[in-house]
Amino acid sequence: MKEKPILRVGTKFLIPFILMFALYVQFHGDFGPGGGFQAGVIFASAFVLYAIVFGIANARRALPAGIRRLLLSLGVLIYAGTGVLALVEGGRFLDYSALAAQPVLGQHLGIFLVEFGVGMTVFAAMTTIFFVFASRDPSAREQD
Amino acid sequence: MIELLDIVILGMMVVAALAVLWLRDLFAVAMLSGAYSLMGATLYVLLDAVDVAFTEAAVGAGIATVLMLGTLTLVPRQEKPGKKPSLAGLFTVAATGSLLIWATLDMPEYGDPDAPIHHHVAPRYMKDSAAEVGPPNVVTSVLASYRGYDTLGETTVIFTAAIGVMALLARGRRRKP
Repeated sequence: MKEKPILRVGTKFLIPFILMFALYVQFHGDFGPGGGFQAGVIFASAFVLYAIVFGIANARRALPAGIRRLLLSLGVLIYAGTGVLALVEGGRFLDYSALAAQPVLGQHLGIFLVEFGVGMTVFAAMTTIFFVFASRDPSAREQD
Repeated sequence: MIELLDIVILGMMVVAALAVLWLRDLFAVAMLSGAYSLMGATLYVLLDAVDVAFTEAAVGAGIATVLMLGTLTLVPRQEKPGKKPSLAGLFTVAATGSLLIWATLDMPEYGDPDAPIHHHVAPRYMKDSAAEVGPPNVVTSVLASYRGYDTLGETTVIFTAAIGVMALLARGRRRKP
């Protein structure tokens, strides 16, 4: 899409705001609607938009497969790890109250970590699924 | 007023669903199913389920539509003229649909305070979550803390889905024998 300047400039203008909004949804989920799941999808949508306008090859360079795979598994690991950490601290699995001196503080920390993990995995999963689908297009053959 | 909005949006959803059935242009079908999801999200907002609406708008209207468009790059744009619609299929769908509608007659009225759903664990979450968990958004408390196991399972499902897609579709670097 080299010949569509309005689309390209518009996209470049939009992407930072999409990423920012995703972060807001991620970290403001305690107070308003939102959370890791929605934030992950919105964060991924910025990369999907980039891939649609600038081509899948460029998007792949911005977000290499290795990083996607790392984030994909790291998210689940953070979630389960928070649970195990609660076990180590003397609580039950995923009982965040054990994570800090005060139960509510522990809950806050636990929810923060867990939502972060969810966001990470959802982001990586959505971009991976889109990239894999999009690269099946015979005109955009590229190795994953 | 809200009832009128409900009826208008539900009516538009029915129209979109019928159009998806009739149209042969797959691009239009993909766009219409995205619009259908967006209208569903609006309905959830009307039901005061903002978190669900948010997810529906992001996943149903956003990512799902993009994935369908991605699939469209691999297939022809027009649906093949198919077989004649079968009477048995019509009968099955009509029977299932009317059974489902019949079953809704047994459901408690919308917003009924005596409905079983409002007397299980929900009152406790509403009453104690601020002191026990903290976040003002009770949905977050339930999702991440009270139902932490569920959400861990969901995250694992998404993880598995991505792994599955990668294993099936990604052309990895093959090692030369």
